[in-house]
Amino acid sequence: MEKTAFQKIYTKISQITKATCSLEATDVGYGELAIVNGKLAQVVKIIGGLVTLQVFGGTEGIPTNAEVTFLGKAPSIKVSEDLAGRFFNAYGDPIDGGPAVEGEERIIGGPSVNPVRRKQPSELIATGIAGIDLNNTLVSGQKIPFFADPDQPFNQVMAMVALRAKTDKIILGGMGLTNDDYLFYKNVFDNAGALDRIISFVNTTDNPPVERLLVPDMALTAAEYFAVEKNETVLVLLTDMTLYADALSIVSNRMDQIPSKDSMPGSLYSDLAKIYEKAVQFPEGGSITIIAVTTLSGGDITHAIPDNTGYITEGQLFLRRDSDVGKVIVDPFRSLSRLKQLVIGKKTREDHPQVMNSAVRLFADAANAKTKLENGFDLTDYDQRCLSFAKDYSEKLLAIDVNIDIDQMLNTGWNLFNTHFKPEEVGIKQELVDKYWPKN
Amino acid sequence: MSTKGKVKGIISNLVIVEADGPVSQNEICFIVSGGTRLMAEVIKINGQNAFVQVFESTTGVKINEEVEFAGHMLEVTLGPGILSKNYDGLQNDLDKMDGVFLKRGDYTYPLDHDKKWHFKPLAKAGDIVEAASWLGEVDENGMPHKIMVPFVFKGKYTVKSVSDEGDYTVENTIATLVDSNGKDIKVNMIQKWPVKVAITAYKEKPRPFKLLETGVRTIDTLNPIVEGGTGFIPGPFGAGKTVLQHAISKQAEADIVIVAACGERANEVVEIFTEFPELEDARTGKKLIERTTIIANTSNMPVAAREASVYTAMTLAEYYRSMGLRALLMADSTSRWAQALREMSNRLEELPGPDAFPMDLPAVISSFYARAGYVYLNNGETGSITFIGTVSPAGGNLKEPVTESTKKVARCFYALAQGRADSKRYPAIDPIDSYSKYLEYPEFSEYVGKIISETWLDLVNEAKTILLRGKETYEQINILGDDGVPIDYHVTYWKSEVIDFIVLQQDAFDSIDQSTPIERQQYMLTSVLDICRTSFDFDSFNDVTNYFKKAINLYKQMNYSEFKSEKFNKFEQELNDLIAERRIA
Ligand SMILES: Nc1ncnc2c1ncn2[C@@H]1O[C@H](COP(=O)(O)OP(=O)(O)OP(=O)(O)O)[C@@H](O)[C@H]1O
Ligand SMILES: [Mg+2]
Repeated sequence: MEKTAFQKIYTKISQITKATCSLEATDVGYGELAIVNGKLAQVVKIIGGLVTLQVFGGTEGIPTNAEVTFLGKAPSIKVSEDLAGRFFNAYGDPIDGGPAVEGEERIIGGPSVNPVRRKQPSELIATGIAGIDLNNTLVSGQKIPFFADPDQPFNQVMAMVALRAKTDKIILGGMGLTNDDYLFYKNVFDNAGALDRIISFVNTTDNPPVERLLVPDMALTAAEYFAVEKNETVLVLLTDMTLYADALSIVSNRMDQIPSKDSMPGSLYSDLAKIYEKAVQFPEGGSITIIAVTTLSGGDITHAIPDNTGYITEGQLFLRRDSDVGKVIVDPFRSLSRLKQLVIGKKTREDHPQVMNSAVRLFADAANAKTKLENGFDLTDYDQRCLSFAKDYSEKLLAIDVNIDIDQMLNTGWNLFNTHFKPEEVGIKQELVDKYWPKN
Repeated sequence: MSTKGKVKGIISNLVIVEADGPVSQNEICFIVSGGTRLMAEVIKINGQNAFVQVFESTTGVKINEEVEFAGHMLEVTLGPGILSKNYDGLQNDLDKMDGVFLKRGDYTYPLDHDKKWHFKPLAKAGDIVEAASWLGEVDENGMPHKIMVPFVFKGKYTVKSVSDEGDYTVENTIATLVDSNGKDIKVNMIQKWPVKVAITAYKEKPRPFKLLETGVRTIDTLNPIVEGGTGFIPGPFGAGKTVLQHAISKQAEADIVIVAACGERANEVVEIFTEFPELEDARTGKKLIERTTIIANTSNMPVAAREASVYTAMTLAEYYRSMGLRALLMADSTSRWAQALREMSNRLEELPGPDAFPMDLPAVISSFYARAGYVYLNNGETGSITFIGTVSPAGGNLKEPVTESTKKVARCFYALAQGRADSKRYPAIDPIDSYSKYLEYPEFSEYVGKIISETWLDLVNEAKTILLRGKETYEQINILGDDGVPIDYHVTYWKSEVIDFIVLQQDAFDSIDQSTPIERQQYMLTSVLDICRTSFDFDSFNDVTNYFKKAINLYKQMNYSEFKSEKFNKFEQELNDLIAERRIA
């Protein structure tokens, strides 16, 4: 971000903390950007003449006589078709060696869509993964995170989902991404020949954490351009939102705000909702779908970050290693797509809802049987059958390496029912049983 | 002369304004920033400094910008045309706004200036009237919308004239009243009221007692709510709060439904926009949207307006209650409103209470719930506001300030259990932890005794006992093992499962199962209790399990069939045959 000639230069900083500095200045707008000693900063508080700036790169080494200039505008990005295929840092500056993008300048984190101008999401996003398409069907315009422990292959699954989903643009917002993961994404997209429809805003672990706070808004402002102006379907990948929230807490704690649960700021819900609610389906066909990653620590979903996320997003996808089959599966109990009922049985075969529910219920019975076994009790014949069903179900449907279409998933479901159960044990509407129960 | 001021400080959406004259607490003001007028509310005054919460983003606001005080608190505009509208938290008509995105400072008129309403007088010259007296009525979506003496009028007035039957706009004078000083006062169809003040222009508020049918079995049968009652639905994310509230707002026997989407998802509001114009109200045959008003302050809309949104919704409900109507108010989620209070209180650097919520949170919640209720109007008619709020406790833990404060005031407690949601036992209302205090009201017993049956509450208690015993037995079986307990234990457990699967569980997405009228609930409960009272002959616990699974399956097919249709009767017959097989005479 360059400065222009007529700007007033201040050189008297009166207060410096780890993330902020304050100085006397006039005619400054709330939220405006400034450059402090060459580092980008933003106005977060004005009391009388005293302006407090949050310095994205941290305040290390900033002297009290540092040069401060105000840029007269809030953080922004230039949008145009030229964004496609490019890689940027958190400030929207190219990191791929290419030229700066020309286009209309937009303030990031702009206003919300008027709810009456939205359309109800109704387009199914097929991923080929049955743990998603069958049990937790995704819909365009949805926002949904993966809840996963850091050692799970969420970046791989997300990249796979992104490439299989037929969207016009994929925008990657990387926050605290390791350099290896960044290169992984770059490679996968490159190998798939998809680079021209990918846009990336990346903050890696090498960059200061507070900079991450800009990444989601950069990515989503670009997404809004393509969805609103070009009526395109846009998929936004945000990874890792836990690291984003950590950056929020760093800032709020340094500004002496009273922390609420898990030392997160009291505004965490609103802060996250502002991002996720950018997911939208427009009547004209454009849409923004957000798939995010929220890493958990030790699977704890009551921690403030996953907890607030769960209250905002339209479901969540849990990855878990199933030791019985030795594969990573999409956990059918804790995963949920809230929007699935808009498409299942409507855009998919009529038996979809019931097959899905029955299979999950039987999988739950299997889990109970397992507990019984662990507690040293005898298993009934039904328990035994549930256990063998669960193994097949995990292997043939829940595992993330499954790649089949939804009719095949449903047929597989009926076959598994037939192999292990009698119709009345499955509890599906009689008409559907009559129609789909395999005849043998 | 109205007070003016200048911006002296900005911390997010808290702005400090130095005023040049008197200001009052909760007064509205407008910050004029770069040509845009941003609405704000005074929340604290310290000497000449007014602390105001801005209902919009404060990006770009500068020190010394002008502020104009409005001289009144946050108000709503009341009149015909509110039904079927989609408002934001400050009652701006969202449909009147231009463009895809909400613009700062875009405030739109909540009613329609030009629409003509067919007015019929109810009062006549010479009548003595007071605030909320009915002067006439217009037809609003088939609902008799009363045009009332404005609530702000104090004392008695004499009607000088009322307009003849005919078509008028909301701004046309429809009556002239004379006050005690002999001064003429013209009244049209519009009045204003400050949202934070309760409308109390009624005679008295007795204890509510009339069953409000919701069509949700686990509510109506087990823990009923009443017309003018209060209830709340706490539950962890994904447990089914919103689905349940939407079901109630579609099915409940109310005249008017106000849905306050308070800090939740925009897509959930869009669902209402999309579905309600299509769905019919089974009782009136009219479209659901015709009786519904939506107040949308979704989670991405300005946080300060979130607090206002629930008050706006409540005031609209009070307005319709004064017309002798049954209003149902749903707020999803009251926790988001509490969080908005917390954000502001923290910015004001107030001494925090538990979990950093403001100290007065319990009082705020309690006075809000107190605005609901069943009332006798001054003219002897009745009206009601039934209020059901959801609560989103952090981490799903009910020991937190919002849940605890709400529990003290709401009379029905519908606790959604994570375990039930996980095993898809929807609606996930825990049958044992949940309660309805109305079951203890003798006037309620008397009422349901008349409209359902004398023995109804005995049946309900019997069902609850079976559920409780089933739960205890289940724990025993888990400890001792299937073989370690007598077969009877399995029978007891499975009988409670029949009640769970057939009465409690209900598929909100099945066109038949989603709503059950009370006669059908009575029929099914009686049938299910019959099987629970029957003694059976079983050889092994495996036998028990298989037998009851078959029974449950048949019952479920009945739930999915049109009541007393051929299909329904066929499954019932099969069920009776099944019972006969094993019954001990
Ligand atoms: N009665 C029901 N029948 C079938 N499915 C249901 C029912 N209730 C809830 N569900 C399922 O649970 C999902 C979550 O429900 P809902 O959106 O009401 O949760 P919530 O408690 O409001 O969550 P949040 O606090 O995050 O808003 C729904 O999308 C649906 O899939
Ligand atoms: Mg909800």
